[in-house]
Amino acid sequence: MTDSALPMTVADSATRAPRKLVLDEKRVRSRYAAERRFRAYGIAAIAFGLFFLAWLFITLILQGYGSLQQSKMRLDVTLDAATLAPGGQVDENALRAADYTALLRTALRTTLGVGSDRGERREAYALLSNGADNELRSRVLADPSLIGKTVSVWVSAAADVDTLIKGQISRDLPENQRRLNNRQIAWTDKLVADGRLEKRFNTALFVNGASSDPEQAGMGVAIIGSLYMMLVVLLTALPVGVAAAVYLEEFAQRNRWTDLIEVNINNLAAVPSIVFGLLGLAIFLNFFGMPRSAPVVGGLVLALMTLPVVIIATRASIKAVPPSIREAALGVGASKMQVITHHVVPLALPGILTGTIIGMARALGETAPLLLIGMVAFVVAAPATPFDPATALPVQIYMWAGAPERAFVERTSAAILILLVFLIIMNAAAVVLRRRFERRW
Amino acid sequence: MNTIAMKPVSVTNDVMPSNRSPKVVSRGVKVFYGEKEALHGVDLDIHEREVTALIGPSGCGKSTFLRCMNRMNDVVEGCRIEGKIAIDGDDIYDKRIDVVQLRARVGMVFQKPNPFPKSIYENVAYGPRIHGIAQGKEELDEIVETSLNRAGLWNEVKDRLDKPGTGLSGGQQQRLCIARAIAVSPEVILMDEPCSALDPIATAKIEELIDELRENFTIVIVTHSMQQAARVSQRTAFFHLGDLVEVGDTSQIFTNPKEERTQAYITGRFG
Repeated sequence: MTDSALPMTVADSATRAPRKLVLDEKRVRSRYAAERRFRAYGIAAIAFGLFFLAWLFITLILQGYGSLQQSKMRLDVTLDAATLAPGGQVDENALRAADYTALLRTALRTTLGVGSDRGERREAYALLSNGADNELRSRVLADPSLIGKTVSVWVSAAADVDTLIKGQISRDLPENQRRLNNRQIAWTDKLVADGRLEKRFNTALFVNGASSDPEQAGMGVAIIGSLYMMLVVLLTALPVGVAAAVYLEEFAQRNRWTDLIEVNINNLAAVPSIVFGLLGLAIFLNFFGMPRSAPVVGGLVLALMTLPVVIIATRASIKAVPPSIREAALGVGASKMQVITHHVVPLALPGILTGTIIGMARALGETAPLLLIGMVAFVVAAPATPFDPATALPVQIYMWAGAPERAFVERTSAAILILLVFLIIMNAAAVVLRRRFERRW
Repeated sequence: MNTIAMKPVSVTNDVMPSNRSPKVVSRGVKVFYGEKEALHGVDLDIHEREVTALIGPSGCGKSTFLRCMNRMNDVVEGCRIEGKIAIDGDDIYDKRIDVVQLRARVGMVFQKPNPFPKSIYENVAYGPRIHGIAQGKEELDEIVETSLNRAGLWNEVKDRLDKPGTGLSGGQQQRLCIARAIAVSPEVILMDEPCSALDPIATAKIEELIDELRENFTIVIVTHSMQQAARVSQRTAFFHLGDLVEVGDTSQIFTNPKEERTQAYITGRFG
């Protein structure tokens, strides 16, 4: 049977009409259509992703850019020497304790021409930020020679005024549904018309710590906290991870134990971050009694989380160093350690750093483990050391996102943008490192 | 002693190889990769200041044997060696032997040129530096220059010593690797198919170089090319399936082999 099959097909094809190369066969056309469809699916998938990415960025920018500016009020404050420096003595403690709110309120009353009616006064005072006295205090502390003079200062307006000016609350609502009544709106308009109320760059957003007043709230503490944590992650995860990876790759025998360790490392990289938070809570806080809310603890927890990533990346890049380089070094009589420190690790370094940066970028955006070790705290003062209480950028976003005030919405978006900027910088650094130092053999 | 007939007249055979004491003596060398026995007891003497070629079909154990002589097989996991290899009477598998010192005395050149991804200068200076051979920068410069000169590369690279060694051509890279090997003043140089990745012109240069190096070094070369073995070596050892089948003067092996298998291999009936 098989003998006759071959000659038959040959004869068959010989008798068939000569094949055409022109595109009219149905099969060819449908193959072309299938290829076009296949390509279209890919383009559609990319377009789908890009659409949502663009949506994310556009909404974030539209919502967040407003927070770069904050409504400030210019008041002519008389820095009364009698109250600030009684008896002509400038005492720093007295200056700190002085009632700057009263000075600001007097100035505001004069500017607006408010009478003695208590209700009217209260409505006027509500235009001023609760933290405005701090702004004036730091101004006076910085320059005590101002005492006794009448100075023109810019202080923050209340968040309600800010949202009104930014057009985020409607003037057309019935008065009883508005945060500002008609008289307050009239005052605001008057101040704007006089050039005493305008939007200025919002330094507080980047410098200040937590505050329940949106106009005083900033992510300074969160940024410093996050930077401290990244420092702790870098200083712990990188050396420990590289040491572990070098040992596993270069020294360890392949046996059941190293296989077990390898499986565990790979699994640890996929463990949900909240588990690491619980681990940190149990070990660092409960067992070692380390301070709560401190970036050092947060950093250690994130380092534990980053460690598997660093180990895997380091092992991969050590594996990628060609054996011929090791042989060359061994061949001229380098010891095992010289082979590793002179050749293998330097050649693997770009890959190690890339992996570390990507791991750190992941750690930077991590929120859940930080909640468990108390980094979700109301921290006003910037931490001087990694042992002082602080928050982190993603936690700050989480806290602001839960705040009810309208003005926190734009601050949340701004904080997300800042976090994304940090992430983009880190990932770009990883790409640059890879491009610069990539070697081909 | 018919080597002169095999060689161009210019390469005068001023030494009588068989009168010299062997530099490397191996007795009953067996190599196991895990359970598999790759060499079944090799007795081979390598004579000083001679080129010994190891030939044989792929997988016959010639590279394995070569790598036993500077203990490069140590780094292969699951590799075990039995028997004795002695260099100048010292058993290199003795517990007291320092592998680093051994590899400084027994240099190696590999199949594929493998310069470090560093400058040409650093490639050559690396060995002397880690062994503390040079006292100061000037002496190191001198070693680098001499080594590159001996490897016949100095004139080609003297103006670009700070350029990466990986930027050279394949043949130049291999000569750089030879310079790197001789920079630590070894006594024996092992070459594992040093020309298999090179074109004929580069191969010719390396062969010429091997012939010059013979004056100062004992060279063992593994090669797949029987013409090359005939051109560069004084003695030839034929390996087959993990056995050393025959060893003798190159001229004798190629003209009048004693063993049937050698005859079959060199005439191209297998391998």
